[in-house]
Amino acid sequence: MSTPTKRLTTSAMIASFADEGQRTAKAPFGQALVRLARERTDVVGLSADLAKYTDMHVFRDAFPERFFQMGMAEQVMLGAAAGLAEVGLVPFASTYSVFATRRAYDFLCLDIAEPSLNVNVVGALPGLTTGYGPSHQATEDLAILRGMPNLTIVDPCDSVDIEQAVPALAATPGPTYMRLLRGNVPTVLDEYDYTFELGKAALLRPGRDVLMISTGLMTMRALQAAQRLERDHIDVAVLHTPTIKPFDTAAVLRETAGDRLVVTLENHSVVGGLAESVASCLAFAGRGRRIVPVALPDEFLAAGALPTLHDRYGLSVDAVTARVRAEL
Amino acid sequence: MSERVRRLEESARRIRKYALDMGEVQGQGYIGQALGVADVLAVVYGDQLRFRAHDPEWEGRDRFLLSIGHYAIALYAALAEAGVLDVAELETYGCDNSRLPMSGMASCTPGMEISGGSLGHGLGVATGMALGLRYRGSGARVFTLLSDGELDEGSTWEAALACAHHGLSNVTAVVDVNALQADGPTAGVLRTEPLVDKWKAFGWRALRVDGNDVAALVAAFDELAEPGEKPAVLLCDTRVGRGVPFFETRPKAHFMPVEEHEWQLAREALEVPA
Repeated sequence: MSTPTKRLTTSAMIASFADEGQRTAKAPFGQALVRLARERTDVVGLSADLAKYTDMHVFRDAFPERFFQMGMAEQVMLGAAAGLAEVGLVPFASTYSVFATRRAYDFLCLDIAEPSLNVNVVGALPGLTTGYGPSHQATEDLAILRGMPNLTIVDPCDSVDIEQAVPALAATPGPTYMRLLRGNVPTVLDEYDYTFELGKAALLRPGRDVLMISTGLMTMRALQAAQRLERDHIDVAVLHTPTIKPFDTAAVLRETAGDRLVVTLENHSVVGGLAESVASCLAFAGRGRRIVPVALPDEFLAAGALPTLHDRYGLSVDAVTARVRAEL
Repeated sequence: MSERVRRLEESARRIRKYALDMGEVQGQGYIGQALGVADVLAVVYGDQLRFRAHDPEWEGRDRFLLSIGHYAIALYAALAEAGVLDVAELETYGCDNSRLPMSGMASCTPGMEISGGSLGHGLGVATGMALGLRYRGSGARVFTLLSDGELDEGSTWEAALACAHHGLSNVTAVVDVNALQADGPTAGVLRTEPLVDKWKAFGWRALRVDGNDVAALVAAFDELAEPGEKPAVLLCDTRVGRGVPFFETRPKAHFMPVEEHEWQLAREALEVPA
């Protein structure tokens, strides 16, 4: 009789990318928003029928009079967020990234970004963080939004990033888009001498052989891969770039000045995200460098279990480690 | 006729004249719509809206959102009539470096609250403003001017649902029902009637009036201003080109070309009592 192996399933709506046994914080976005709202009475929240699935329910339950449910209607949610900002409030509007970007783009662009209102759009399930298939996988949200003037774009790594980003986003006068990691979110960056600073990259570890430039949850994968490669005497530096726009080109130019292998890591399509941000940063500065992009392929992804998909599409620590070894 | 109505009719006539003056600068444009909606704007700005002409950013003001940004020529005329803009500035309409671009832009013009023009946005922004004003304890009201063509946009109906759900009685939507849109008569492009039934079914207080009858407009706005628990919509049937008979019958009326010699004839037509 063979031993039954655990079948990996999609579990799409509650999918987590946290490793087993990893330290996590529960709903860091919701908790941070509540802490902020205790200090600032102008902070309000909106949802488009996804409060429970974007950790906005934590705010809703703490401040029901400041929470506005707009129903499954992302266009009016973003329009209304603009209206709230026009009368002096600081809205956080959350939904899934696919709906905020693909479905309500015109409203984010014209109602919020053009008048440069302090509206903070929070998009859950960015990149490949659900196995639910293309309807829910926002693999191109950064590409869609990088062209939007005035918009600040943040792709946090973990609960530390999110907790520190929330008050920073509210304190920024213009509009922001933050990719949300929700539910039980890994806590990683507290082990590094790190503070989230809007618009700034942070060198989390130095390294002689390889420079990893990473954003979002791929920073934790980069850190794990760096530890593994260390055993093979490959010394890897990790530059975390949680702000995609405005991009910290000074840090990227400084760190890429030597001859280390440059690897970019992002939970996003290889088109229009971090890899191309780094590439254009180098090219516009007159620098020619080869870049190894660890990113999702330019295709609609399969549905399935997240660990399987991260492995298949090259985002797992195993895949990253193998890729770096092959490229060196 | 009451003094109030007579005064507003005079105001509407001046708004039409200002629109024609601006239209002449460009030689064409949304002239027909501006003439059609002039009575509505005269009543809104001359009778209903609380604002301070010399302090357009006054926090306690009622907001007027021009969702149909391409009607900017009509709003500039109304803002000039209201004293927010200097009448002399209207000469710059649509010219380089003017504060009066052909499509309404909030960043350019005093009294322009939003950059409309991508249709289906005004009522959504109004929803948020109304929620925010209520949360802040402000008694200010939010008006938004839509067109019947704009009702094709699904986002308008998302906002209509939200306004009713949240009981936003501080919202008044005004719909310019001129039965005409870019590709032709509304009835042929996408049928939106029956309008009163639709809005009522969405939970709104809805009235329909002749949008070129100032007395009827005043009575309807007064009725909708009474305290209630629902948002209010006033559906205004207007005639494109109203006030200038040879414009009213012009077949190409959506974006109306006008011959050079016709501007003065049009202005003279306005002087003839209807």
